Amino acid sequence: MSKEEKKVNRRDFLFTASYTVGAVGVGAVIWPMIDQMNPDKAQQALATTEVDISSIEPGKSITVLWRGKPVFLKRRTSEEIAEARAVKLDDLPDPQKDEDRVKEGKEEWLVMLGVCTHLGCVPLKDKGDFNGWFCPCHGSHYDVSGRIRKGPAPTNMEIPKFEFVNSNTIKIG
Amino acid sequence: MSEHEYVPKSKAAKWFNDRLPLLTLGAHLTDYPTPKNLNYWWTFGGILTFCLITQIVTGIVLAMHYVAHADLAFASVEHIMRDVNYGWLIRYIHSNGASMFFLAVYIHIFRSLFYGSYKSPREVIWIIGLMIYLLMMAAAFMGYVLPWGQMSFWGATVITNLFSAIPLVGDSITTWLWGAYSVDNPTLNRFFSLHYLIPFLILGLVVLHIWALHVPGNNNPVGIDIKKPSKDTVPFHPYITIKDAFALLVFMIIFAGFVFFTPNVLGHSDNYIPANPLVTPAHIVPEWYLLPFYAILRSVPDKLGGVILMFSAIFILFVLPWLDTSKVRSAVFRPIYRQFFWILVIDVLMLGYVGAMPAEGIYLVLARVGTIYYFLHFIVVMPVVGYLEKTDPIPMSISEPVLTGGAEPSLARKVNDKV
Repeated sequence: MSKEEKKVNRRDFLFTASYTVGAVGVGAVIWPMIDQMNPDKAQQALATTEVDISSIEPGKSITVLWRGKPVFLKRRTSEEIAEARAVKLDDLPDPQKDEDRVKEGKEEWLVMLGVCTHLGCVPLKDKGDFNGWFCPCHGSHYDVSGRIRKGPAPTNMEIPKFEFVNSNTIKIG
Repeated sequence: MSEHEYVPKSKAAKWFNDRLPLLTLGAHLTDYPTPKNLNYWWTFGGILTFCLITQIVTGIVLAMHYVAHADLAFASVEHIMRDVNYGWLIRYIHSNGASMFFLAVYIHIFRSLFYGSYKSPREVIWIIGLMIYLLMMAAAFMGYVLPWGQMSFWGATVITNLFSAIPLVGDSITTWLWGAYSVDNPTLNRFFSLHYLIPFLILGLVVLHIWALHVPGNNNPVGIDIKKPSKDTVPFHPYITIKDAFALLVFMIIFAGFVFFTPNVLGHSDNYIPANPLVTPAHIVPEWYLLPFYAILRSVPDKLGGVILMFSAIFILFVLPWLDTSKVRSAVFRPIYRQFFWILVIDVLMLGYVGAMPAEGIYLVLARVGTIYYFLHFIVVMPVVGYLEKTDPIPMSISEPVLTGGAEPSLARKVNDKV
């Protein structure tokens, strides 16, 4: 009886060990097959873009391409900044202060991804109910700080990592 | 499934068939006993097979001239249209072929819904069919991206962004799908690879679909179980093959009408503008066959909620055989369900219409009403009606209504009499 039990246990051990080694092997082969679809080195190399902002007038904006996505660079007027800061946080679906969306001392520069956080369309400027951006795809309204106010988008338009190289140049990424 | 074991006539054929019984399979497919009352709604299986073969053949030819690169794709499609011999014809057959494929598959699915073909013992046929339908949508979506026009690019952007709604890992999944930080050349490249793969997966599933069909045999307009073979059945060849061939011919006339007279009416003119990642077209719409689901997506004012509801609209069909509680298959004998069936048809058509309209005002209201009804139909109407409905008497056999001109109530057994 005890001899028989021992036999079964040994076989069980071999089965389990084989399955484990097999699973690790399969996993080690599958992971490269999955990971090859992630952005490659050439894509990652496009990580930063420098933009000359000297020619942008107050109230105007330009759009540049960064990592294949549009980035809005808007030089806001003092009225627009005041408007953005007058909004109560309770009125925002994704509460965020305008101060947290710009660099201190450079409040006139709003730099954000021009990508609707709903399904990725490019919102149109100076449109919508909040004097900011409007996404034509599914009707999301953003305010002058790029914050979502109305529509299906869940969050504010994203602020990418950026810095002022000098007073005329912004480096995104 | 035939009564007698098939024995090839010639010695050589017998030698081969003993080693690989292909001839037995052929004999099975030829003799396959089919209900004699199948109407023209049953011809779409053959039509769909034709559509799949057409897409594969034209697709292989197009791939000989197409270049899957963001800088070259648009120009290579125009090259096919202008320079390649008969390129315009092959491409128009392929692009309209996708629409014809969906037209046929929707008729096929609604036929199944009307006659209860998804019900026991045919659940597995139904589920394999839905898997084919899902793969068709994936193939069609990726194919639409390949010309790299504005609708290609922004359609791809919107659809892949659906996955960004998944909590926590959504953005990583989207980036992984793209192979970049936006829809870009790597995305186009892999979509081409997968677009070429999927039709062959579909072909494999079609074999399983037909295999699963040949186990219980065809459902039929009366929806009753029949003895096979019997006076209720006819051999597949020549009776069904000739009927399928005639229906296919009519279908091909309509198909050719689109290809030769209005090849672009089902497409969108914005897709003749090269992809531009900086400008979204003012009015993004998917291809017509995806519009009802698009309307459901847009009817929800919440991103994750919309995506969940849209996928649920498809996946709920997988449990349909268990949501339908009726003991009677065919809607011919279900006076209440029959009316709800037509409401569903109108509902889906309306969702398709509002899916093409801007998501505002009355269209948004209609989209919401349509979405609510769509789910009510499957979750509430099907179980409840199936349980409460007083069905009409069903005939004992197919021959009976044919020979006597109608079901004899005295001969009929009432299925919904509680056993």
